[in-house]
Amino acid sequence: MTHRTETIVTLQGVGRKYPGGVVALRDVDLDIARGELVAIVGPSGSGKSTLLHVIGTLDRPSAGRVVIDGFDVARLSDNELSALRAGRIGFVFQLFHLAPGLPVIDNVADGLLYTGVALPERRRRAVRALERVGMGHRLTHRPHELSGGEKQRTAIARAVVGEPALLLADEPTGALDRGTGESLMRLLTDLHKGGTSIVVITHDPDVAAHLSRQVSMLDGRVVGDRTAP
Amino acid sequence: MKRAGSLRAAALSPRDVLRLGGHGLRARPLRVVLSALGIAIGIAAMASVVGISTSSRARLDRQLDALGTNLLTAGPGSTLFGDPAKLPEDAVAMVGRIGAVESVSAIGSVGDARVYRSDRIPVAQSGGIGTYAALINLPETAGATVGAGTWLNDATARYPAVVVGARAADRLGIGEPGPERQIWLGGRWFTVIGILDPVPLAPELDMGALIGWPAAQHYLGFDGRPTTIYTRIHPNQVEAVRALLARTANPAQPNEVDVSRPSDALAARAAVDVAFTGLLLGIGAVALLVGGIGVANTMVISVLERRAEIGLRRALGATRGQIRIQFLAESLLLSTLGTGAGLLLGSGVTAVYASVRGWPTVMPAWFVGGAVATALLIGALAGLYPAVRAARLAPTEALATT
Repeated sequence: MTHRTETIVTLQGVGRKYPGGVVALRDVDLDIARGELVAIVGPSGSGKSTLLHVIGTLDRPSAGRVVIDGFDVARLSDNELSALRAGRIGFVFQLFHLAPGLPVIDNVADGLLYTGVALPERRRRAVRALERVGMGHRLTHRPHELSGGEKQRTAIARAVVGEPALLLADEPTGALDRGTGESLMRLLTDLHKGGTSIVVITHDPDVAAHLSRQVSMLDGRVVGDRTAP
Repeated sequence: MKRAGSLRAAALSPRDVLRLGGHGLRARPLRVVLSALGIAIGIAAMASVVGISTSSRARLDRQLDALGTNLLTAGPGSTLFGDPAKLPEDAVAMVGRIGAVESVSAIGSVGDARVYRSDRIPVAQSGGIGTYAALINLPETAGATVGAGTWLNDATARYPAVVVGARAADRLGIGEPGPERQIWLGGRWFTVIGILDPVPLAPELDMGALIGWPAAQHYLGFDGRPTTIYTRIHPNQVEAVRALLARTANPAQPNEVDVSRPSDALAARAAVDVAFTGLLLGIGAVALLVGGIGVANTMVISVLERRAEIGLRRALGATRGQIRIQFLAESLLLSTLGTGAGLLLGSGVTAVYASVRGWPTVMPAWFVGGAVATALLIGALAGLYPAVRAARLAPTEALATT
């Protein structure tokens, strides 16, 4: 086992410039401690999605240093980044991205597909993850038979089935109605209490208010960092 | 700081790769059926062409096996001056003395004896039926069988009795042999005692009226000189005997003897079909190529449509190689599916065609093997470019499309 570091995410002077001159991130410094529950808030176009991609190692910064769970991203090859994502990072997307036609249990089990775990074990763990998010009764349903909230719970189960050190959620309530969104945020809070570090991106201040720490972004910069008492 | 070495992407098991390929196909069944159909049609076309021509060949081989390929015939050719030559009277006996000859028989043309249904038929309407003096052992040697009635024996060979060939019987309107069934042959009545089945290796007998050797000499003034000698040779010695046969049959003028192997003629007739088969195979190959392009097209579209899925899989930890192999597996599965369906379809067509014709059904193993290899090649070629494109897609770009 690798030794545990204090911070799960360290960004130092991170910038991201796209070809064509668009600057999405400028000089971002951010530390997220293990076990924290952080909201990244900002209007659309503020760079928060780019920040999430950089933290999730889906994108490499054009400047600065990114350290995730003790690994310096700049020193990792594409395959090593893939392994990092497979084993240590879970993603939840606004539009769920569930495979149509595939039963809920297999959608969740696919969260472990790239970790080298055999199929029967993947399914066993998927059942456990689905029970954790309150979807234990929906194992054999297909995504089109689920409500929006159930789809997002399934997606969360897929993200946590590998018990990642870091869970990244990109507007998880964006496609849901208010009540459903509320119960989903409670689920994320519960998962956080179970020890998972969670970063939630949202443009909705009400959603952010659920979370203990709020990082505000504007024009690619971090403009505020508040921790609730 | 942790060392990068502790991070290693896990390999997908072959079973997982297959599952992934299968999922991609199951999500869009109609498209899969249509693009597999292109390959199926190409393979089916080629399979039926190959199957039917192989089955026909098998039928021929079976027929040749039954007839024997060890029959040689020696007939008089023409003299140096172009006149029809004749074989010497003792040619049959001389040929019989060749060691490897298993049996020898002969017919002799009785050229001026014409055959008529009755004595009322005008002399000019001879119908093209030839009269031959035949040795008693002709049927065994030439591979002839009697369809109705009997063959000549030592007794009937001395009397005006005749056995007619299958086509000659048709021409003369003889359905059944019998004591009352007589034909007007060489100016006198002959009783028809038998009708031959068609003789594939000696088609000249089909249009013949065969009478006994002594009868021909006695009634028709036959000179006793054979015109065609039939010999069965030990199967290993056919070529050696073939070289000897002309000199043995007519030592004085070996150049006047035409030696041939009738089974070769049958095989040559079948070989004419080969060029035609090649053409049809070419058409099948074009269909297969179009099918392959269809698969490539399907895969390109599939990659474009599934950018979000690709992004998600990268986020779940798939490496570029794993994305590549997923799409490659899908393409291989698609073309294998098409090939399987095509082989079934082609075998079905072959089986129906062959059974209608009464042939054995044969689908050569080399073709099945070749088709599977082709399927894999097409799948790999058609899937390679889309798979590489899918793998090159940056994860963020793939996720941004929704």
